[in-house]
Amino acid sequence: MLDFPRWKRIAISLALALGVFLAIPSLIGETNAKRLHLDALPRISLGLDLAGGSHILLEADIQDVAKSRLAAMEDQVRSQMRRADPPIEIGDVSTNNGSLTFFVRDATRVDAAFELVRSQTTGIGTSGQRDWEVRLVDGNRVVMTPTRAGLESFINEAMNGATDVVRKRIDALGTKEPTIIRQGSDRILVQVPGFGDPAALKALIGRTAKLEFKLVDQGVSQADLEAGHAPIGSQILHFESVNGRPGPPIAVQRRAIINGSQLTKAQQAYDQNNAPAVSITFNSEGGRRFAQVTRENVNKPFAIILDNVVLSAPNINEPILGGSAQIMGSFTVESAQQLAIALQSGSLPVALKVVEERTVGPGLGQDSIRAGITASIIASVAIIVFMLVTYGRFGVYANFAVVLNIFVILAVMAMLGSALTLPGIAGFVLTIGTAVDANVLINERIREELRRGRNVVMAVELGYKEASRTIFEANATHAISGVIMLLLGSGPVKGFAVVLLIGIITSVFTAVTFTRMLTAGYIRRRRPATLHI
Amino acid sequence: MRLLKLVPDNTNIGFVSLRGWAFGLTTLLTVIAVFFTLTRGLNLGVDFVGGLMIEAKFEQPAPIDQLRGDLDKLGVGEVSLQQFGDPRTVSIRLPLPKSQDPGATTAVVNKVQATIKQRFPTVQFNRTDTVTGKVSGELIRNGIFAVILAVFAIAIFGWFRFEWQFGLSTFVAIGHDVLMTLGFFAVTQLEFDLNIVAAVLTIVGYSINDKIVIDDRIRENMRKYRQMDMRGIVDLSVNETLPRTVMTSLTVLLALGALLIWGGHVLRGFTAAMILGVIVGTYSSIYVSSSLLITLGLKPQPLAAPKVKGAPGGAERVTREGY
Repeated sequence: MLDFPRWKRIAISLALALGVFLAIPSLIGETNAKRLHLDALPRISLGLDLAGGSHILLEADIQDVAKSRLAAMEDQVRSQMRRADPPIEIGDVSTNNGSLTFFVRDATRVDAAFELVRSQTTGIGTSGQRDWEVRLVDGNRVVMTPTRAGLESFINEAMNGATDVVRKRIDALGTKEPTIIRQGSDRILVQVPGFGDPAALKALIGRTAKLEFKLVDQGVSQADLEAGHAPIGSQILHFESVNGRPGPPIAVQRRAIINGSQLTKAQQAYDQNNAPAVSITFNSEGGRRFAQVTRENVNKPFAIILDNVVLSAPNINEPILGGSAQIMGSFTVESAQQLAIALQSGSLPVALKVVEERTVGPGLGQDSIRAGITASIIASVAIIVFMLVTYGRFGVYANFAVVLNIFVILAVMAMLGSALTLPGIAGFVLTIGTAVDANVLINERIREELRRGRNVVMAVELGYKEASRTIFEANATHAISGVIMLLLGSGPVKGFAVVLLIGIITSVFTAVTFTRMLTAGYIRRRRPATLHI
Repeated sequence: MRLLKLVPDNTNIGFVSLRGWAFGLTTLLTVIAVFFTLTRGLNLGVDFVGGLMIEAKFEQPAPIDQLRGDLDKLGVGEVSLQQFGDPRTVSIRLPLPKSQDPGATTAVVNKVQATIKQRFPTVQFNRTDTVTGKVSGELIRNGIFAVILAVFAIAIFGWFRFEWQFGLSTFVAIGHDVLMTLGFFAVTQLEFDLNIVAAVLTIVGYSINDKIVIDDRIRENMRKYRQMDMRGIVDLSVNETLPRTVMTSLTVLLALGALLIWGGHVLRGFTAAMILGVIVGTYSSIYVSSSLLITLGLKPQPLAAPKVKGAPGGAERVTREGY
């Protein structure tokens, strides 16, 4: 057991040297790392609570996904029926109770309509299940309901899309190292370190930014507008609310001339009155369509609609051929910039709301880092002195192990890319405290074996052997609670668990294997007849 | 140089003979802890009850009464103010606005911050946390689930690696540690947040660590001294491991003490919980789990061949070689 072949000694030393080397970039700071050309190596990043910044948890409105899918399917069905040769007349279309139902007027075309609708559904995975279930009721009524698997896949698609959109919007802010990850089936976690204005961030990422241009339906009476009655093919929307009061109603055609997905560029600009506005450029298809519709509707108004709120309804004075337009509304420069970013990144496929929000100011993080470093140094020094006066030479070995362990933990954290958080610092200090436990167990066992009258070699050998079993068992159970924290914990608990688990693994290596090598070397060189322990 | 020995060689303290008293005391303290937890309740943070928390740092000791007066006038719901770790830092807690409007929360935060800034221009806002009821519900469920799962998983580990008595006694002892920690938070009314769940889980981890060391020694001594009665074995094992118990508790307490004094106010509740946990956990290793082994009727088996369990990693075999 005290036999250490040369290759083993070299391997252990190399592993530890590597650990120390990899910890250096994290310890000396970014500028020094650059000076030493170590900036290519990974460094430990700071968690939000240390770096300051915003943590926002967004949740999707699942109902909204189902609803918008139904609406999209309605559009699809209508256009398919129109395009059929000859067109199939349908009526009484409704999307109530989570199903799309419609009625086929010509009884001889029911089968054709049914087949056409079926061809619109797709299979999911390998199960052979389709995303929509299509049924025929009362001979001429078609009912389409999304299946469970279908709904799940709609939500999944919408969430993937939403995550991309959120990422684009945050990237446009140009902040450093944002984290944007999907959590569970319907959540997105956003962490932006060092961003000072959480309200602006929230406004930017939470906005759906669905932009539509629609023709105004001028044939609706004021009474119908007030009562909210819209003719078929039209809908009633409202202008922006002013001071909490809803804006006046306006009737617009349901079919949009053009929407935000057809734009290629959006940027903040100023209108002719020098008020902030957003100028947008359409892609070629959108530009062509916009030109065509404006040519056909000169002297009629159209509405610019953002997230179902009418921003303005200007008159078409002449055909707009350039493929670009300007959105005016009650903007400030900041809100116009935000809208431009939101439009440029595309609209969110599902509405998101903030369910958890945490902001840490930069001052607190600085204080915490300073306090954490102070506490770590004091704790380390106290323990090192304590171990030294208790175990002498063997205390020195244990102290070497503790210091190396600190380096190795830092190195492993940097390699794994896990961020250091405030609870992580606590985990760190605690790990320093418990890491020596292994050496305490070993050294106490050696003392015991010596008292029982065993010779030096035997006592050391038994000390390590017997204590190793206890250390294994104790660390295994400790690791169980660490793993549970990692799996079930959220936020700070996870940050703590990561450090704890890394510490458990590395401390077994440094405290047992490494000190055994040192002890074995000492005994082989000096062949002491008694041990001062 | 003479080396420090905190526990003299060959101590022989009669821990087991005191166990009747200890059981009484333990039961009494646990009942008190549970009583306070149930009647006074825990001061749950926004992590667990939902709401809005703003941490403000002042230049001077925080003028709590004045703040309360100002904030009550805002009509943003019931405001609760609390010193947080040091006298200059205050945590301000508010209910979330009822409005579904996404900007409503921001509006409340701005209103509160502006009101405080008006009277105290140098105030700094360190943190703002907003947690909705849905998320806080999940956090509290996950927290409780994590602690329960940890206690059970560890008890099962003890059962498979040792005997069922070890698993059960460990389970009881750790349950005791958790209840005592909850009682501590109920009595002091320190804020109970996500960090404290981490502290509780760490206490569970530390405490089990301590118990495994003693249990391991008890098992070893049961094999070594097949004629000795269980009381003798427990006493011997606790005494033999006493130097280690004292040494390790002290090093951990040194580390935690440094964290308590110099670690900053955010971690103070966490550290306080851990210090209590180390003390309680060490106590329960001796007086709950080890002593319970006697009550549960664990006995050395003088005649039967030693059972070799299907332990992974060959740790079991290692013990065999020595004899």
